[in-house]
Amino acid sequence: MTEVLPADNNREIALVDLLDRVLAGGVVISGDITLSIADVDLVVISLRTLVSSVGPLLPGNDVVDGTG
Amino acid sequence: MTSEGVWAYAVFGGQPAEPSFGHLRGVAGEPIRVVAGFGLTAVVGTVGLDEFGAEALRRNLEDLDWLAATARAHDAVISAIARSRPVIPLRMATVYLDDSRVHALLEARHDDFVAALERVTAREEIGVKAYADPNVLTGGIDSGDGPPGAKLTGTAYLMRRRRALASQDDAFRIAAGHAERIHALLLKHAVDGKRKPASDRRLSGRDGWTVLNGTYLVDADEVDAFRAAVALIDRNTPGIELEITGPWPPYSFAGDAVGL
Repeated sequence: MTEVLPADNNREIALVDLLDRVLAGGVVISGDITLSIADVDLVVISLRTLVSSVGPLLPGNDVVDGTG
Repeated sequence: MTSEGVWAYAVFGGQPAEPSFGHLRGVAGEPIRVVAGFGLTAVVGTVGLDEFGAEALRRNLEDLDWLAATARAHDAVISAIARSRPVIPLRMATVYLDDSRVHALLEARHDDFVAALERVTAREEIGVKAYADPNVLTGGIDSGDGPPGAKLTGTAYLMRRRRALASQDDAFRIAAGHAERIHALLLKHAVDGKRKPASDRRLSGRDGWTVLNGTYLVDADEVDAFRAAVALIDRNTPGIELEITGPWPPYSFAGDAVGL
């Protein structure tokens, strides 16, 4: 996952909004052979895992300690 | 074992007037085609199961680059169709064995699709996010005293830290109040609206807090008024910055009508 360091925050913002809709939204009907509804939920969960694993690689600002 | 599957993008009402959507390309770069029946049309594409089969999907969805490209391609097809007609977006990664299964789906869920289409016809989904600047919300009193890096006694440090935490609490309360109010105001200009969980601050690319991640179903002829309302709130709310996304195909609302 180290290759996904985003160089461009605008692209990331749009991607977050997009994934929020195409993965968490959209009408859910069961496909034949791929992801059941439960699997889709799993996908969303693994995406969250992915997002949180990407997060620490990004420069973060800690609000409380910002002046320290 | 089949090596190809049918990726489903969306469903719309009626038959396509034009012969095909062949100018569109899908998640696998494949030409887009339709499966029609029972007064409905499903928009699909043939994809290889080596990349889009169950196991491959599970693996590929963990690859952010693959996920991003696939999500954009899925959305691009749906958005292209949404420009000309009401559409029900299907969740990404809905794949069938063959066209006859898609045809059967149109029959089995016919009434649900019709109800969902009714709900989204002549409406658009618009996203609104609110970012809060804690310093502005609390009047900027928490930025500490003394030059940064100045040596503080332990007590002074603790007091300053406590003050910073307290004002952060205040700021959060104020921001949450604003978010409630803004959501309620926007609902007046919308058919429906939802608050989604805020995306991770590290991915938002913002220093401020995301206090509202809302999405709204707006009548097409109310969209300008809705945008104007957002702009007005943005101007009149110091410390809160609003950001609009979309219009989107009705990802967040098409499933509501019938529990699809």
